[in-house]
Amino acid sequence: MPDSSLIHGEVQNPALLHHFAEPQQQRDAASLGMWIFLGTEVMFFGGLFCAYLIYRLKYFGDFAAASQTLNAALGAANTVVLICSSLTVVLAVWAAQHARRTMLLGSLVLTIILGFAFLGIKADEYQEKFELHHVPGASFQFQKSIPGHPDQMANPQHAQIYFALYFIMTGLHAVHMIVGIGIFIWLLYSAWRGRFTPDYYTPMEIGGLYWHFVDIIWIYLFPLLYLIDLHK
Amino acid sequence: MSEHSSSSLVTYVGIWAALIVGTILTYFAAQIDLGPFNAAVALTIATTKALLVALFFMHLKGASERLLKLVVISTLFFLLILLALSMADYSTRAWS
Repeated sequence: MPDSSLIHGEVQNPALLHHFAEPQQQRDAASLGMWIFLGTEVMFFGGLFCAYLIYRLKYFGDFAAASQTLNAALGAANTVVLICSSLTVVLAVWAAQHARRTMLLGSLVLTIILGFAFLGIKADEYQEKFELHHVPGASFQFQKSIPGHPDQMANPQHAQIYFALYFIMTGLHAVHMIVGIGIFIWLLYSAWRGRFTPDYYTPMEIGGLYWHFVDIIWIYLFPLLYLIDLHK
Repeated sequence: MSEHSSSSLVTYVGIWAALIVGTILTYFAAQIDLGPFNAAVALTIATTKALLVALFFMHLKGASERLLKLVVISTLFFLLILLALSMADYSTRAWS
């Protein structure tokens, strides 16, 4: 009897691939693969964080001067936008698990809107950097005293290193955001087609892991890039 | 089952509120002069927020797969090697 019910169960669940014993094992395998990918992403960003750390310790005053040209309020606003998008992502995964179609579609749409809001604020910040000639390159200019030392000017060469790291780190993060929005548009399409059921929502879970990881990177980027010596 | 799922929704909203509070705390802690502790406070809050996201939103808490925990711990271990050995090198090297 248990054998026949098992076979019956497999026939009932077309989402279960034949080389997995049960849905839970299939879900665990997918999560494990995604976490290994996220491990490689940690090392990928880790190299940049390491470069940032070395130069920040070496040129702290210049980094503080350059950091204070950023708009910390906009950075904080973007942090709030990403945290809200992480909430809509877990709500979407929950809705998929519990077959709440309206909540699933609504949460996915909200996530995509919040993703675009983040990129819009980021684009506004980048535009200001271009106008102020704070983009590393031939037209780079930087005239600012070191915070706490009004008579000492920051070294523009060292400030340029800060802005190079700023653009590489936030730029790479923004690329991840664009990829994430693409993934969530695909998830929205799949959810709209009714592909996800309480038995099979693996793409939702995996896409969610990716989105939360990109959120975690920003949680570190915000204080490290925007809040250096802000009190001076 | 339904009791469990509604409690997880409450947890999600609670974690979201904690993350928002953490962001506001970081922003205002940076405006206060804490001497050398400004960076430490900022990084402590950031790490707390990252842990909340990983444990609750990414469902690490309650994950049954031990292999998954091994992957996460070894990721952090290799990141630590990258940062610690690089800093040990650069901090003991004479820069021109």
